[in-house]
Amino acid sequence: MESEELGVRSEELKTSSRHGSRKAFYVKMVSGSLIRRASRLIIAVLAIAIGATILSGLVTIYYDIPEQLGREFRSYGANLIVLPRGEAKITRETLSKLENLIGSAKIVGMAPYRYQTVKINEQPYIIAGTDLVQAEKNSPFWYIEGEWGNAQEPDSVMIGHEIAATLNLKLGDSFTVQGVKYGEQAQASGQNLSAIENQQRDLAQQNFHKNLKVRGIVSTGGAEEGFIFADIDMLDEVIGDTFRADVIECSVIADAKELAAISSQIEQNISELQPRAVRRLTQSQDIVLGKLQALVLLVTVVVLIITMISVYTTMMAMVAERRREIALKKALGAENKLVMSELLGEGVLLGFIGGALGVFLGFEFAQRVSLNVFGRAINFQWALIPLTIAVFIIITVAASIIPVRKVMDIHPAIVLKGE
Amino acid sequence: MSKKILELQNVSKIYGSLKALADINLSVNAGDWLSIMGPSGSGKTTMINIIGCMDTPSVGNVILDGVDISKENAASLTRIRRDKIGLIFQQFHLISYLTAVENVMVAQYYHSMPDEEEAMEALAKVGLKDRARHLPAQLSGGEQQRVCIARALINSPQILLGDEPTGNLDEENEGIVVDIFRRLHDEGVTIIIVTHDPEVGDVAQRKIILEHGKVVDDIDQSATFGESLKLRSQERN
Repeated sequence: MESEELGVRSEELKTSSRHGSRKAFYVKMVSGSLIRRASRLIIAVLAIAIGATILSGLVTIYYDIPEQLGREFRSYGANLIVLPRGEAKITRETLSKLENLIGSAKIVGMAPYRYQTVKINEQPYIIAGTDLVQAEKNSPFWYIEGEWGNAQEPDSVMIGHEIAATLNLKLGDSFTVQGVKYGEQAQASGQNLSAIENQQRDLAQQNFHKNLKVRGIVSTGGAEEGFIFADIDMLDEVIGDTFRADVIECSVIADAKELAAISSQIEQNISELQPRAVRRLTQSQDIVLGKLQALVLLVTVVVLIITMISVYTTMMAMVAERRREIALKKALGAENKLVMSELLGEGVLLGFIGGALGVFLGFEFAQRVSLNVFGRAINFQWALIPLTIAVFIIITVAASIIPVRKVMDIHPAIVLKGE
Repeated sequence: MSKKILELQNVSKIYGSLKALADINLSVNAGDWLSIMGPSGSGKTTMINIIGCMDTPSVGNVILDGVDISKENAASLTRIRRDKIGLIFQQFHLISYLTAVENVMVAQYYHSMPDEEEAMEALAKVGLKDRARHLPAQLSGGEQQRVCIARALINSPQILLGDEPTGNLDEENEGIVVDIFRRLHDEGVTIIIVTHDPEVGDVAQRKIILEHGKVVDDIDQSATFGESLKLRSQERN
């Protein structure tokens, strides 16, 4: 009984070793054919590698376009405006909540604005207190004569081109703003009072006045040219109040769908805020993005088809060139499916080599495109390695099926006939 | 009395109006050495294709090792060829990207399982053990044909079938190959050779002459068989 079991076991081991040996020889034949005939197969590998290069490059670009283009569109200004709900204003705590909710990775710029009416030479103007660093990130398209203002020199502010023209202000000029402090009542100027009395009243406790210097003149071609832009903390101090913003302008890396999701999250989680997506920007972004992605997809499909045709013709030529070898194998007793499996094995190996080469060349291609078009580098997508290789193995095998089926038409007696 | 290994009964092969083989009757005993001769177009290759299971007769029966193979389909003929026939070709037909020993192992691979040790033994039998790791392009014509013989023998076929096996060889290599056939014949291998070369045809035990698809002569050379081989061997030495 025991010896019978041992016998069965030994037979099993022998069978498994036979399978191992057959597999090893299969691999030897397939790899030997590719390695020792390398010069003939360079064209096939090149065709696959070029296809894989373009495919992996375009796929990289396809997935990178939204981010790259999103960043490009961010230079056209804020795409999300957040207002307070009701009469209340936005506090610094709410601003922090908003920042946390959107996530700093997605925020290009987040500038709170507080609008305050002031008087310059008894004429009313609006001063917009903001985080000037964030405002610059939001509005890189503003043309600034001079320099952007900053929190380190809060008394140096930016004025709109319209104000500069009206008040005849130039870079470095000083001007005084006056107004009523937050929470105080304005008093009408008394016509029965003398100029000195009026001046004394203006300097009274309920009013403020501040000397400012022109650091930059803003030209946008829009409403911004009628504003004075200053540091928000300085403005709060001048008007004697704590941080209270009228609006927050956000520049967020997101398409229309993501932006809608963010808006909905804001509404659900921060009840005191009211988000508004700037549709003009998000829709344009989506249209351009959609068209670009469709173009990339189209080119990718065309490249795949061309690669398939190239592999098909190469495999056709290979089968024709190796008719004698195939006929010999059949004469030696190889069944059609065995010979076909060898040729398909070569196809798999070709697809693997070409695909692997293409992944890395494709990244290089995508990197160059990204640097030249968007001026930014892209990250290597590791998932592309197995994906590209698998796609090109499938393509090579699919393109090889018809040529490989020609094996069935090869008759050893005709092909191997002596001369 | 030797066992009958092959029998052709009224075999004809017809292509349209052309009769490549016409009513052939032939029987071969196990261990026989048979040469088939005849001018071009006499039907030699057609006959060897039918015996080698690479073609089927239009009419008649082919009994190989007791089994009628004349009505078998292509897949079945492939299996029979793999198990019972060893083929030697005029142009050797070695696989260019495999070494000598790997070329022998290919036949094992399609038959059962590759065994390098056995393949090396087969190469040793034809005097090529030291050339086992060479690619066909690195071997002479004679060496390539010896690899082809080793490949044909590796699965111990019942019939060794050669289509002009010395047709592409010089005299010296032709002699080497004929010597190998002699040794194989001594070991009891059945050999059927198609040849144009009268010298190669003469060294066989039996010579069949074909003309216009018909057997016009069936010469028993048993009486001169040993002598002609000896003579050839002496001439070479």
